[in-house]
Amino acid sequence: MTTTQTPVSAPGARPDVTSLPRRIRSNRSVMHYVGSVLKALMCALMLAFFALPLLWLATAPFDSAPSLSLAWPEWTLKNFKVLIDNPYALRSLANSIILALGVTVIVLVFGSIASYALSRVRIPGRDTLLYALLLLSSIVTGTAAMVPTFQLMNQLGLIDSQLGVILVMAAGVMPTVIFILKDFMDSVPRSYEESARLAGAGPLRILIDVVVPIARPGLATIAVWAVVQVWGNFLIPYILLRSPDKQPAAVVMYTFYTEGGQPNLALISTFSLLFSVPVVAMYFFVNRKFGFRFHGGIKS
Amino acid sequence: MSQVADPLVATPGSRKGTGRRPVRHDDVAGLGKLRAGFFVAPALALVGLFLVFPAVWTAYLGMTNYKLTGLSAKAPDFVGLKNFTDTLTDPAFHESLKLTLVFVLFSGILGQSLLGFAAAWVLRTTNKVVKSLIEFLVLLAWIIPSSVVSFLWVALLDRGDGTLNAILGTQGTSWLTEYPMQSIILFNIWIGTAFSMLLFSSALASVPPSQMESARMVGANTWQVLRDIVLPHIRGHILTNTLLITLWTFNTFTPYLLTAGGPNHRSEILPVYIYKVAIAGGHLGVGAAISLIMLLINLVIAAVYLRVLRERK
Amino acid sequence: MAAITTQSLVKEYPGGVRGVDEMDVTINDGEFFALLGPSGCGKTTLLRTIAGLEETTSGTISIGNRDVTDLNPGDRGVSMVFQDYALFPHMNVEDNIAYPMRVRKVAKEARHKVAHETGSGLALDGLMARRPNQLSGGQQQRVALARAVATRPDVLLLDEPLSNLDARLRLEARTFLKELQRDLGVTTVFVTHDQAEALALADRIAVMKSGKLQQLGTPREVFRRPSNTFVAGFIGSNPMNLVTTTLGTGTIRIGEQEIPLPSSLADLPGLDAGRSIVWGVRPEYLQLSEDPLDVSLTGEVTVVENLGASCLVSVLVGDTRLQVVVSEDDEPAPGTKVWVTASERHSLLFDTETTERITP
Repeated sequence: MTTTQTPVSAPGARPDVTSLPRRIRSNRSVMHYVGSVLKALMCALMLAFFALPLLWLATAPFDSAPSLSLAWPEWTLKNFKVLIDNPYALRSLANSIILALGVTVIVLVFGSIASYALSRVRIPGRDTLLYALLLLSSIVTGTAAMVPTFQLMNQLGLIDSQLGVILVMAAGVMPTVIFILKDFMDSVPRSYEESARLAGAGPLRILIDVVVPIARPGLATIAVWAVVQVWGNFLIPYILLRSPDKQPAAVVMYTFYTEGGQPNLALISTFSLLFSVPVVAMYFFVNRKFGFRFHGGIKS
Repeated sequence: MSQVADPLVATPGSRKGTGRRPVRHDDVAGLGKLRAGFFVAPALALVGLFLVFPAVWTAYLGMTNYKLTGLSAKAPDFVGLKNFTDTLTDPAFHESLKLTLVFVLFSGILGQSLLGFAAAWVLRTTNKVVKSLIEFLVLLAWIIPSSVVSFLWVALLDRGDGTLNAILGTQGTSWLTEYPMQSIILFNIWIGTAFSMLLFSSALASVPPSQMESARMVGANTWQVLRDIVLPHIRGHILTNTLLITLWTFNTFTPYLLTAGGPNHRSEILPVYIYKVAIAGGHLGVGAAISLIMLLINLVIAAVYLRVLRERK
Repeated sequence: MAAITTQSLVKEYPGGVRGVDEMDVTINDGEFFALLGPSGCGKTTLLRTIAGLEETTSGTISIGNRDVTDLNPGDRGVSMVFQDYALFPHMNVEDNIAYPMRVRKVAKEARHKVAHETGSGLALDGLMARRPNQLSGGQQQRVALARAVATRPDVLLLDEPLSNLDARLRLEARTFLKELQRDLGVTTVFVTHDQAEALALADRIAVMKSGKLQQLGTPREVFRRPSNTFVAGFIGSNPMNLVTTTLGTGTIRIGEQEIPLPSSLADLPGLDAGRSIVWGVRPEYLQLSEDPLDVSLTGEVTVVENLGASCLVSVLVGDTRLQVVVSEDDEPAPGTKVWVTASERHSLLFDTETTERITP
């Protein structure tokens, strides 16, 4: 018994060194438990918050009598018939694709060569310029410069022209594209370019052969971003395009009202779905291929 | 493109006799300043013509009594700073500015950034299925066109058949007229959280796990790890995110699709206010003046941001 | 094939820091040449300046009999293997090897034929369709080498060619590299911070420090006859014993003890008693005995480090610590009293002020 006495009396005699870790451990496990519950709660809340508004989009298009309420639909595809019969619906989706493609090609080509140069060569006032443009783009693309933009396009004869809309929207997203792409370019290891340079390649060749393929995830991310911006833009095409057969989906959607002035929910719900599918599909594609992330991007 | 490109590609020995330029270590492709200028030029020209030029024009319009219709539509008079003084003393403008600040604070800085960060932090250790489902939904909210999104929210918040009323058992509550600001704040959080979430999850991936682990080893709890290791490490990301979110939230017009600024101007944030003054009201000169004031506010925000960023370095 | 000559080459960075300072080096045709030094000594800068990736501040570089100082990197007839290999991740092995030829507009069939030939020469058969991330470190290195030599360059530049390989593979790759260089006979310059690598591979070594050339010579010369204390301390797996001390009359004082001045120095002027000098001798050239010997230093063993077939013994002679390499059979126990003899031929004297070698 005497041998066991020493260890038993020890915790009392000294500040309990042996039980200290245990207290931390039990504390930890309580914290851990609380943490897990909080985490699960947070996930559940986020799921509910983000899923709830989307449910309508999944049910209403297939409901024989679509209303604003969320209900288990009486399944039908007749709403899509209404959509196909509408003279402007499909046409406007094609127009949206034209605008989105046009803008994306322009910003990817011009944006990548510009951001590459800005990433690799210290041009005086580079950062100030980037921030100034970013600032300007976030405000001018809104309502602020609508009138001057309209007048400018009028002078250039680009009213009611899809090219005009493409140019204005491309200019609007360009600063952000360059801002984000420059970060991607910054993260491309330099030895690739040096290696190509020793092989005798010039700057543009290096950009096309080496930098662009390596920065592809970044370019894909930024392309999705640009398409999303254009796809949903209502204001610019609304102001600059006159003919209904040139207008994109975002504008045409607001013409879907019944004679009584009530929104035509059969048309709107199906159109909404069809209007959303391409961008969602594109997101899926890019996400699968590259992983939709800001890879190393946006540091500073 | 090849037409632009050809003169830019160096021919062998083309640098001979041009003298030696001071070279930066980062100019690995041997661009040189001149060629870099050529590379930047097309983008800059586009931006200059279709973005900067209208902006400058706006500044000029702000000093005229230009109107959409009537006599001053044809020949606007120069009125100097009258539009600015009128605007700055207009209680309607004050009210709108106040609403905008509330909107930016709760919807952008607090809502999107905090929710985005929390999502990124929690999803880091969540199981893969839940993680990709939540990420997908958050991104969906951001990707779906705003005209569709606004319809979805109208359906959600509708007084008669709205999903929210059905769930909460509050039939007859007209959320959009009774709580217009709360509605557009949540609406905008819903749309915009994706950006912060993506940015913060890439930021969190850049924090060396060994640093977090060594903090855990000495007994730091989650909050202490966040405060002492994570936040200092991603401060740059936080600043960038705050700047972009602030600017975007400040200038967004999308809430108009939900409440049209109403009822009775109660959700009339500045972009909507400008739209009402300039387009609906036809006072283009005044509208331009307000736009310019907004631009200045944006400048102040960016200046503060840049200052904070510089202090960090 | 070509020789490389630099004349008064200077590479100055903004802010006035000189990466390469007044470098005059001639690298002979077909030579395997090492640039050796600690990190930040300018060796990589010199290599990159030869490649044309850094512009020279002043001075000239010629390759063969061509002044290439102002030429683009692609026009110099040089190729380079980067430290991280810089294999394009989006191209397979074949396209990687063929890329320099693609830039030079070699027809598709021709360049793929060359790529395959070069690839088989480097044991890359069967890997041609793979992407770089599907290769092991050693395979990646061989692809990078294949890409560099496929165009038959005049000069091959290697930046730390072995540093990205693990220790065992490194020795294998070292032998392989030496064989390849001998077979190709191409003028090869490589950068390394590892003196063993430089000694093993190079025909001649340039030791650099702070942008300046310290010594240029064969591995044997820099090992046996380092030109100053820096080179003496840098070269050798076990650093040379360098003892700052003074001369006696015809002797070198180590603490309370003295050993005779090597006879080769007897006639040199200025080696008067009392002069401060640095005495240097490699641990491999010291003999250790547990029995008393003439003309030796006596001390006590403090630490014994096992090196495998040999061991490194630290002996305290007065206040001076000497390290001696002895064969595994003669390993003394710590605390043993021992006698240390320096081979006269391998005893070097350095000037304390200039650090230059005095011994001829």
